[in-house]
Order: sequence, then C-alpha cells, then structure tokens
Amino acid sequence: MTQRSFELPVVGAGPRVDHAAAAAAFNADVARTDWHDASLWFVREKRDRAAGAVPDWEALRDRASAIKEHALTHLDEYLVRFEENATQNGMQVHWARDADEHNRIVHGILSAAGARKLVKSKSMLTEECGLNPYLEARGIEVVDTDLGERIVQLRGEGPSHIVMPAIHLKKEEVGETFHDKLGTPAGLADPNALAGAAREHLRQRFLAADCTLTGINFAIAETGGFVVCTNEGNADLGMALAPIHIASVGIEKIIPRVEDLGVFLRLLARSATGQAVTAYSTHVHGPREGQALHVVLVDNGRTRQLAREEFWRSLKCIRCGACMNTCPIYRRSGGHSYGSTVPGPIGSVLTPGLDLDRYASLPFASTLCGSCTAVCPVKIDLDAQLFRWRQHVVESGKVSLVKRVAIDGSTRVFDRPRLFRVFGALARVGLRLLPAPLARRAAGAWGRTREAPVPPSQSFRSWYRHHRGGQG
Amino acid sequence: MASSVALFVPCYVDQFFPHVAIAALTVLERLGIQVDVPEGAACCGQPAANAGFAREGHSTIARFVDVYAPYERIIVLSGSCAVHVKQHAGEVAAHGGRTDSAGAGVAERTTEFCSYLHDELGVDWIAGLGATYNGCVAVHIGCHALRSLGLARPSELQVRPFDKVRALLGAVRGLEIAELTRPDECCGFGGTFAVGEPAVSTKMGRDKLRDITTHGAQAVVSTDMSCLMHLDGLARRERMGLPMYHVAEVLAGTAGTR
Repeated sequence: MTQRSFELPVVGAGPRVDHAAAAAAFNADVARTDWHDASLWFVREKRDRAAGAVPDWEALRDRASAIKEHALTHLDEYLVRFEENATQNGMQVHWARDADEHNRIVHGILSAAGARKLVKSKSMLTEECGLNPYLEARGIEVVDTDLGERIVQLRGEGPSHIVMPAIHLKKEEVGETFHDKLGTPAGLADPNALAGAAREHLRQRFLAADCTLTGINFAIAETGGFVVCTNEGNADLGMALAPIHIASVGIEKIIPRVEDLGVFLRLLARSATGQAVTAYSTHVHGPREGQALHVVLVDNGRTRQLAREEFWRSLKCIRCGACMNTCPIYRRSGGHSYGSTVPGPIGSVLTPGLDLDRYASLPFASTLCGSCTAVCPVKIDLDAQLFRWRQHVVESGKVSLVKRVAIDGSTRVFDRPRLFRVFGALARVGLRLLPAPLARRAAGAWGRTREAPVPPSQSFRSWYRHHRGGQG
Repeated sequence: MASSVALFVPCYVDQFFPHVAIAALTVLERLGIQVDVPEGAACCGQPAANAGFAREGHSTIARFVDVYAPYERIIVLSGSCAVHVKQHAGEVAAHGGRTDSAGAGVAERTTEFCSYLHDELGVDWIAGLGATYNGCVAVHIGCHALRSLGLARPSELQVRPFDKVRALLGAVRGLEIAELTRPDECCGFGGTFAVGEPAVSTKMGRDKLRDITTHGAQAVVSTDMSCLMHLDGLARRERMGLPMYHVAEVLAGTAGTR
C-alpha cells in the first residue's frame, strides 16, 4: 500500500497542466489525431519487428533492469568512481544540485572562455533545465542541431517527444517554418530538400561555434568515459569542431562497466525507433588535443526520486521513448498535452515528483492498460507507479470536491449491501424512465458520446434469490 | 459451507448485465462445478483505488476478503476486478478484523472466469458444452486480463504466442474470429478515465470499433463487461448494430438470444 508518510515536493512555478483539456483540444482535429496516432504506431510496429529479431529479448530486458537497479542502489560509489576516472581522462567534472546550478555552471564555462556561440546536440536534460532561455538572456546564441530539435526551436516550441522532437509536425508545416526562418522556397515540403536546407544552415553554425554541448546516454563508472547515441552525426560534428565540449548528464545515466554497454546498446535503438543500432554510438574517453571537455552531473530532483520507495525505479529510464510510442493516450493527445519536458507514461511518473501540484493531472492521463510496462526495455513498472501517484494526488487534496464526494459516497454504498441494492434499483429505474436527452445530461461526460447501458428489469442478485434461493 | 467455489459478480455486472452473470453461472454449473454466489460484497474496490482513493476503497476490499475467505476458489467475472483483488487483497489488515495473510490467501485463490475455465477445467471439457455460434466475431481481451493475468501474449512481449480466450472460443462450433490490426490496443474505458478524459477515451473506443468492423466482425466478444459497456455505448450512439457479448454468453449459448 502507499506510504502515508510521503513527503510531497515543494510546489513550483508555472500553470497547472490540464491534460484532459489539452487532449480534447488536440482531438478536435480528428484527421490530425489519426495521423499522429498512425505515425507513432508505425514506430511501435517497427520496434516489435526489431525486438522480435533478437533472440532472448526478454532476457535482455531482465538483464538491463538488473544492471540499472544495481547502479541506482550503488549510485554514490559509481558517481565518485566516474568522477575519478573521468578526471584522470582529462575531463573536468562538475556537480549541479539543480537546474539553476547546471545553467550557472554552463554559463560560467562559456563566460570564462569568452564563448558566445553554442551548438547543442539533442539533450532532454538541458530542456528540463531551461538552459536555452537562460543562456539567450545572457547574450549567448544557442543553436539546436538535431533536425527535429532545430525545427521546434525555430518555431519557438518545445519538443513533443524525447526521441522525435517534431513528431507532431507535418512536412508541410516544417516547409513553412523553413520558408519563414531559413528562406527556403514557399511550398517546399520535400523531406530531402528540407533536410538539405537544414544541413546547409547548420553547417555554418557548426563552423562558427565556440562551444558544443551534448547529452550523454551512458556514463561508464569503470572507465570514466561516456557514450552519445545519435542518428544525424550532429553531436559528432560538434565535438570534432568546437574547442570546448560540455556534456550534461543526469546522475541516473551511470552504468558500472563498459561491458554493460552491450546490453543497453542492443535495447536502446530497437526500443526507440526499431533500428538495430543508432547511426552513431560515439565513445568519448577524453578531450581532443587542445579541447576542453567538461561533464556536468545533474541531480535536479533525481536523488529525491531515488529516495522514494514507490518511484525510484523510474530512474532506470534510458530515454528510448518506447512508452510514448505505444501509449494509446500519448498517440491521441500529443506530447505537448503533458506540459512536461518528458511526456507520456515515463513523464507522468517522473514529473509529478518535481511538482505534484502542477502535474497532478498526468497520472490520470492513462487507462492503466500496461502496454508501457510491457514495452519498456528496462522493465519500469510504469502503470503501477501511475496508480501510486494517483493515491498521492488524492491524498494531498489535489482532486476536485465533486470526485471526492462521488467516490466517498460510492464506497459507502458498496460497503452496505442493502444500500447498494437500493441505489442500483434507483439507477436502473432512473435510466429507464428518464427521457433520453435528460438521461444523457445526467450521465455527463459519459453521455456526450456514449449511450448508457440498457437497464435490465432486475439485478443478478435479485434473479439469484428467485432461482437459486438459499443464502444468496 | 455449501461449496468451495464462489463466483464474484462485480457491481456493474450485477446491476447492468445480470444476463452475463447468469450465463457464467450456467456454464459453471453445466460443467459440473457447484458454485456459490455469496452475498455481502458488492464491489472489489477497484473503481475507487484506480481513481486515487485506495484508502477509501480499502474497506470495500476488506469486506470482499471477509466474504470470500471461506472459499477455496474465487472466480471473478471480470479481468480487471480479478487483478485488483490479486494485487491488493493482501493489504487489508489496516482495516481491522482480518489479517494480511487472510487477504493474501484470498488474493492467491482468486482467479478470473476465462482463466479458470482454461487452466483448471481445460479446453476439452469446455468443448463438452457443445456451444454453437454462427458468425464472425472480434475478440477483445481487457488490458488487465491480457497483461496482468496473462490470458494471451501481449504484442509487446517477445515470447511464444498463446491466447487462452481464443482457445476457449475454439470450442464453439460455427464461430469465426476476425483478425484485427491492433488486437490488443486498449479500448479506452479505463474506469474514471472514461469520464475524466472523455475526448481520448471516445477516440480510443471509436478507433477500436473501426478496427473491429473493417475486419468483418459482426459482434464483439470480451472478457470484460466494462470494456463492452464503453464500446457498446459508443456503438449504439452511432447506431452501428454491433452486438457485444461476454465469453460466458457465447459458451452458454445465450449470445444473440436476448
């Protein structure tokens, strides 16, 4: 059962996320909802084929889960070992307690070197930390170089998916954005031509950059090195050209040994996009000649989540996005409806831990169908964690009075068999006698699109008494 | 104690779908199982718990444990209620009177209707019912029955395929099963989700219905009346003329007779 001594996170800034309202707005365009759903389902099916081609896929998931659980329960040791080894490799290791400290560290590195132009490869952590606006306010030009990230950056939006940041956009919309911002011909919507235009545009930025910032997929304690997985080679180009490389990483991304990579690299791309492996899996074990290499280890709520008995396993996440692709709600509500850097099922168990008040609606954006748990390459019990967050949302009073009264009333009725029979009879008679439109209104959110069940003349209990008699 | 086997008829089945419970009872009795339907527990507590009110629902599941503790086998006529009992009945001590081990025992002895027929009686015995159904149906296994009870292989898992519901329906003469594009996509009911997120819930249901009808099914057969309450509500509003049955009705030979 849920722990009642649970310490709730401090209420943060920002408007409350109303997932149901955002999802309803998304669904107003049925054709677009269908297209979004189909695009992601295509990726899910590709994942199924890729996973099915690996013998012992399920054993691989077990192994990955066990390694992550071991790493997380020995995080103190492995982080320190990573720092020691990375330092020996010539990296400068920084520790950031929260988003603000992370941003200050990055800005400090840039200012000390007089750097003004930063190219980034995709990093959900810097999205989480709000790094771009922080640096831009301080006169730094920040260019996201992952194609999808660049598209949403040009549009002034956040990513809607952690692996496919612009999955919510059609190629025509990308064409319009590029026409406005990059001067491509009006009406150009050919994906190859658009990618070519982006490549031209980004190449200039790579060449002019003073600094590159990348994320880290796996930081290896044993060697003090790390691995960055991308498909576009943008991280590699940034690392190869810029005189300063900053790699930001959440502390949960530590793995103990280099041989563990064999487990995770086989799972990551197959789960994410259905590829056998990402186009680039770049191993970094020290700075290039003359380059400065910084690693920023970021907590930002992770140790708090680690301390939560019910939720610490969410930190096993390797950010593949498979739970988003499979989630029937995500597919039909879009990533932006979650109002959180990480959307979908994993976002709905991570983000409430940062600000329960703001994200109280997210654990309810699920039918608890469990597809996310079954698809997760590191076997996070996502549906069970969503269930547990719901208990905390209710316990902290962040649920409407109407719902509270309704549930409270219903348990009172369920606990009294005679009362249940009376209420059941009233409901059955009510449904039968009320004029259809009235019954519909009475049924509220149910009745707008659905008929109520046709009420039978008697309950099963009443039938049973007549036909089986006895104690029934 | 008259019998060591009890059938639990969930609250909404009792009130709205008594014919399904009658069918289930009929099937069990015809198979020679003496079944009690004890009085005193109307609900398993799942609706409250899934809405975030597990604490409020605690007394409900505690009552369930009290009522069903004397039975050796507890057959639940719903996949999701069965999962709730199996996962949470062991937490009832907090409510006084009974111990967690009483709850754990009930959890252990609880099964779901189709699982019971398949695992404990066996398909050959089910074939003895001599059920017939003429037509093509879509099979919808509720998500909890699928992924938590393991009634079939969920498409996410890379294990040898199996499907206990199809195996049971294979014993029904004349029944054809339509192949869906997304056989285990959730229908969108989800308890309070259906009213808390009506837009997505409705969309999921409509997509499921489209998958069903475009593959030639003329009826839907499910392990869970809750999924069907939602799908049937949508289908009737759209006047689709798509009847929906519980597996028990098909096996009892009462599907299509009402």
